[in-house]
Amino acid sequence: MTPANADRKSVDGEPVNREDGDRNCADLECRGLVRRFGDTAAVDHISLTIPPGQFFSILGPSGCGKTTLLRMLAGFEQPDSGDIYIRDQRMNEVPPNRRPVNMVFQHLALFPTMTVAENIAYGLRRQGVKTAERQQRIKQVLAQVGLPELSDRNPHQLSGGQRQRVALARCLVLEPTLLLLDEPLGALDLKLREQMKIELKHLQKTFGTTFVYITHDQSEALVMSDQVAVMRQGRFDQLASPEELYHNPATPFVASFVGDNNRLPGRVTSVQNGIAAITLANGQSVQGRAAEPGVAAGAAVDLFVRPESMSVKQDHPQQSLTRLSATVSTTLFDGANSRLEMRVGDQTLYARLPQDGRLGAYSAGSVAELSWDPRRAPVFLSGTG
Amino acid sequence: MNPVAHRLSLWLLLAPFLLWMLLLVIVPHLQMLWVSFHVRESWDSSVWGVAQYQTFFSESYYWRTFVRTGVMSLFTTLLTLIVAFPVAWYIARLARGRSKGLLFAACLIPFWASELVRTYGWMILLRESGLISTWLQFVGLTDAPVEMLYNDIAVMTGLVYNGLLFMVVPLVTTLDGLDESLVEAGYDLGGNSWTVLQQIVIPWTMPGITSGCIVVFMLTLGSYLTPVLMGGKDSAWFTEQIFTQFITRFNWEQGAALGVLLLVLSSALVWLGLRLSGQSFRRVMG
Repeated sequence: MTPANADRKSVDGEPVNREDGDRNCADLECRGLVRRFGDTAAVDHISLTIPPGQFFSILGPSGCGKTTLLRMLAGFEQPDSGDIYIRDQRMNEVPPNRRPVNMVFQHLALFPTMTVAENIAYGLRRQGVKTAERQQRIKQVLAQVGLPELSDRNPHQLSGGQRQRVALARCLVLEPTLLLLDEPLGALDLKLREQMKIELKHLQKTFGTTFVYITHDQSEALVMSDQVAVMRQGRFDQLASPEELYHNPATPFVASFVGDNNRLPGRVTSVQNGIAAITLANGQSVQGRAAEPGVAAGAAVDLFVRPESMSVKQDHPQQSLTRLSATVSTTLFDGANSRLEMRVGDQTLYARLPQDGRLGAYSAGSVAELSWDPRRAPVFLSGTG
Repeated sequence: MNPVAHRLSLWLLLAPFLLWMLLLVIVPHLQMLWVSFHVRESWDSSVWGVAQYQTFFSESYYWRTFVRTGVMSLFTTLLTLIVAFPVAWYIARLARGRSKGLLFAACLIPFWASELVRTYGWMILLRESGLISTWLQFVGLTDAPVEMLYNDIAVMTGLVYNGLLFMVVPLVTTLDGLDESLVEAGYDLGGNSWTVLQQIVIPWTMPGITSGCIVVFMLTLGSYLTPVLMGGKDSAWFTEQIFTQFITRFNWEQGAALGVLLLVLSSALVWLGLRLSGQSFRRVMG
């Protein structure tokens, strides 16, 4: 896979070095894919390599081009330039029904005129699988997704979660090289979505099929994926593991899109050993990690610090921590996720509350002392994201 | 509103429909049924009997005409479906915005003229001294005028044209509701255009196909002007037999019996068609 610290240049420039390890070829390789609609490039020079068995997510806001990219992989869209290889076979001119790729559609697209078993049989029939083997494989895949009793039902008689599983079974029974998933959890309610996230991850591990999953929900991407590509305006901002993405965002967009983050604009006064000292608009001085080469004295920058990276009102802050005083606006109680809303100048800031039940200690208008490790607060040039 | 007023307003609202059903549908049909079981003895007396119905089955000309009308109507319905499906597909799935409305209007506008005018339109095109014949002579494909009217193909052409709108409308309505991703899923799981059409599109469209077919079949079976005008003397359409009995031969009893038979037999055919295609009337019309 591409190095974890892949930055913007290495992911959307020339083909990424292939590090397939002991495997002889990647399940999917894209080289310089471009798809234009009129003047705008929906997909703009995307290159990526996915080794076998990986859960790969493409995360981006709506309109970033992720659906177009997925549809090119499925064969419903033709790239204007660039190549798609699946197990070293060039796929550009191969029609959708001849690609070793199956797709779980956003609204699942189960055939309403067929039963569950017929839905699953459809693809097997197209492959010319004999009746006895077909029955056997349908039974097996339904058991694997946990729906052994429902083969004679119609799709509209199933619950949301059951339909989801049928849609997966219908694809997985064909043993595709690549399974594409187009935000299939979007239509589910919150609780079921949380449950399906975990189930999907387990199913992927059981079947060992390579998944390409697109979503705008960063939590889905983080929980399930081995690798995540954050996409914006047709390009990959960053391609990394979920942990890397979360802790070392490559761009201010990634920093604000993935997980909760506080953004503090200011001006750099000095940079030492990669730690930038920044003066905020209200005159307070804080420190963060210079995340871009351009971060130098005098530059206008944004400092990002996550709510859980800050500790509130620690009596004896360590020397290495940077400190900031903020005015408490209100407390937001949400169980383990309770937060403190504060203001610094005209900026609103959120911090995770300590889990020791001292909620009452912070009344509106009181001053909270915040501190954080500068290495966990990346600093980017403002206006680049 | 108090219950009495509520009930009164319900009946007032229903009254036109009930009157229409009663006076224009139920009463005339009961009258027909009643007349059809009369057998005339002399000029002023008659007895009950089924002689008219026996005539239908014993005189081969009658039932042969009926079978011929039925078969040609089935064939017309099938042709209409084949012609209407691509039209409906284009209107429902490919046309966007303004062109969609325009295409629909193009199907609808011919029906602002009466069936008579439309049929004469075809006759202007197809007759011996008509446009197509003249054009063929002008181009030199033929030396003498060509008569294209007064045969079964001409009748069928006219009937398909008359039925087209009634097939296109239910097809467009059902095809409109077909999610594009179902078609894509059909291809994605390995299907080609034929299997997608046969396994996904047609099953989905089946209610529309069935309701369109019923309407076109009944319209065609009961049509009178088109077969008479475009088929000429020998068109032998069953409705002509009814007309002849009532008007020419003044044999109301026989005409009524043929009318009742047309209704019963065509309803039986529709029922059979529904059973064979596995559709229920309620699902198709609801």
